[in-house]
Amino acid sequence: MNNNILNSIRFVVFLLLQILIFNNINLFGYLNPYPYVLFILLYPVNSNKSVLLLSSFAMGILLDMFCNSGGIHTMASLVLAYIRPSLFKFAFGLSYEYQTVKIADKISPERITLLLLAIFIHHFILFFFEYFRFDLLLTVLSRTLFSTLFTFIICLLTIYLIKPSNRR
Amino acid sequence: MQQIINFIIKNSYRLLFLLLLGISFSLIVKSHSYHRSEYVNSANAVTGAYYEKVNEANEYLSLKQKNKDLASENALLKELLFNKKDTILTSKTLFRNDLNNYNVVVSKVVKNSFNSRENYITINSGKNSGIEVDMGVVNDKGIVGLIEKTSTNFSTIQSVLNTKSKINAKIKNSNHFGSLIWDGRNVGFAQLIDVPRLASLKHGDSIVTGGNSDIFPENIPIGKIDKIFIDKKTNYYTINIRLFNDMTSLGYVYVIENKRKKEKKQLELETTAPKK
Repeated sequence: MNNNILNSIRFVVFLLLQILIFNNINLFGYLNPYPYVLFILLYPVNSNKSVLLLSSFAMGILLDMFCNSGGIHTMASLVLAYIRPSLFKFAFGLSYEYQTVKIADKISPERITLLLLAIFIHHFILFFFEYFRFDLLLTVLSRTLFSTLFTFIICLLTIYLIKPSNRR
Repeated sequence: MQQIINFIIKNSYRLLFLLLLGISFSLIVKSHSYHRSEYVNSANAVTGAYYEKVNEANEYLSLKQKNKDLASENALLKELLFNKKDTILTSKTLFRNDLNNYNVVVSKVVKNSFNSRENYITINSGKNSGIEVDMGVVNDKGIVGLIEKTSTNFSTIQSVLNTKSKINAKIKNSNHFGSLIWDGRNVGFAQLIDVPRLASLKHGDSIVTGGNSDIFPENIPIGKIDKIFIDKKTNYYTINIRLFNDMTSLGYVYVIENKRKKEKKQLELETTAPKK
């Protein structure tokens, strides 16, 4: 399928999933997973980077509108989109650009590293700017840790679910 | 000039990132100041309509509970009606004893949030129903919050469970005032700070809204005293309050307009203004 169409569909699907289902989970009263980060991570490696920046910005600002959360989702997803190449380099080594990496291919240690690291960075920025205070750094860290685990599990499940369509 | 253009072309990706980063950062800073960001909130037509649709579907799941709540409120109102001359019941009359002072608009919660430190609620009536910024919002069990922003058909409420909210409250039987805040930890509890040490407090005393506020009428129930601390720095009491209201499940709410708010504000301004 054409990459652009696939990406647009992903954008809409992840946005709808997030606001319809995942924002209402409230595990233990406050834990919500944010699997929309997968949209940023699943974006093809060789496609236009500026488009990724702009679309993650749009994704973030739409989520902020729905969650009434100021600009924290915008900030977090924008930074994640920007540092994505470095994360790929860290996880797969320098040659990541030549072997077209698809996260959804097979769950290997590299991919788990990438997922965990990316989710952790995203959530840390998200919660840090939500609290916006240094004296609550411990709360921010603990919340980041728990939410990271939760999002990670949901992301793995999502990847397993969408795998067949990516194998063609 | 050539060099500047070259620089921009060469670093266009980075510059785009910085531009977008700047926008999002300014949004965050704006959202942490007293009033929320102008554009990014759920009091607009698209998100409001979306939440209304979702809420319509969700409502069917809680019809039984809602019916029960309405029936119990009806019972309370009936009780008031039948016992009209009984003066002991004045505390139960909530804001209805000075009805000519206050306008009450009924509205429905379409989006509730309670899992962050700054929680906002969206309701499905706005300027068209006469709702304005800084009106009080209550339901049958107690206070809910203040109106934060309005659009034509929707409004957002700054919930009691918001670390920015500060509401004047008092202890019901001793009339000592304090400020109601939330420490951002537990959704069932709020805190009353700055209560003077002279106040005699008991575990289980009721906390109600105070008369100092322009927003809420007096004697709207808030919660019960759960734990009492003494603040070492200020030597005032800090009280943990168990809220009467379950903030995690809200249905219909009442928005209260104080008709004499402007008059009171004007008078207070004239009194404290420096004389020439």
